[in-house]
Amino acid sequence: MDDDFGIKVIQRRDFVLGAGAAAMLAALLGEARALARSAEFEAALAELLKGATPRTGGIDMDLPASIDNGDYVPVALGVDSPMTGEDYVKAIHLLSPANPRARVATFRFTPLSGKARVTSVMRLAKTQEVVAVAELSDGTLLMGTHSVDVKVGGCGT
Amino acid sequence: MKKRPRIKIPEGVKPGDVIEIKTLATHIMETGNRKDAAGNKIPRDIIHTFTATFEGREVFSAAIGSGIAANPYFAFFLKVSGPGTLELTWIDDEGETTVEKVPLVVA
Repeated sequence: MDDDFGIKVIQRRDFVLGAGAAAMLAALLGEARALARSAEFEAALAELLKGATPRTGGIDMDLPASIDNGDYVPVALGVDSPMTGEDYVKAIHLLSPANPRARVATFRFTPLSGKARVTSVMRLAKTQEVVAVAELSDGTLLMGTHSVDVKVGGCGT
Repeated sequence: MKKRPRIKIPEGVKPGDVIEIKTLATHIMETGNRKDAAGNKIPRDIIHTFTATFEGREVFSAAIGSGIAANPYFAFFLKVSGPGTLELTWIDDEGETTVEKVPLVVA
C-alpha cells in the first residue's frame, strides 16, 4: 500500500512478521556468540577495558590462519611505538574466547624494551578468534582480533 | 627446572641497538584441566611469571596462564644503553624460581 507521497507504508502484519524474524535472528546470533566467547572471556575483557571503547587495530597480530596442532600455536604481538618515557606501550594482553582459561598472558613493556613486540607459543582448544588488548602509556586502549582455525585442539581437553 | 633455560642474545651489540632476546624454558606447563587414568584432576603446574631486567631495571615481563604452550618460549627486545647484566627469572606454581644472569658484551 502506497500513501500519497509514494512512500511504502509497512502493513502491520508484515511488520510483526519482520520483527519476529529479526528477534529470532538476534537470538541465533546471540547463541553463536555465547558459544564462541566464554563468560570468563567476557569478564576478563570487561575488566581490561573498564568501560572504555578501545581503538580497533594498531596491534600487529602474527598468528597462523589455520593450524593442525592447537597445543603449539606460534604468536607474535606488536605495536608500533617510539617507546620513550613519554610515549610507550605498557602492556599487551592476550585473550582466548574459547580456551578453558580466557587470560593467556599479559606481556609488560618499558621504555627499556625499545620495541613493543613479543613472540611466544600458545595453546588453542578449538577454532576461535584470539583477542589482543594493548595499553599505551597515555591510557589509550587498542584491540585486535585474529581468527585461527584449529584442527586438533590443545589445552589438554 | 631440571634443564637450564636456553637464552640467545645477538653478538656484536653496539650502544643504541635494539636487540631481540630469545628464551626457551623446559617446563611441562600442566594446565590443571586434565584428568589422570583414575579420573582425578591433575593439578596445575605452570610457570606463571617471567621477568627480564637489565642492571636491575625492568625490561619485559609476562604474567602467564595455562594457555601458554609447554616449554614456554618468549622473545622480546632490549634497547642497549651499554654493557651490563641481563637477569631472567622464571617462577612456577611449585614456587621454584630459576634465575639466569647473562653478561651483555657491548662493542
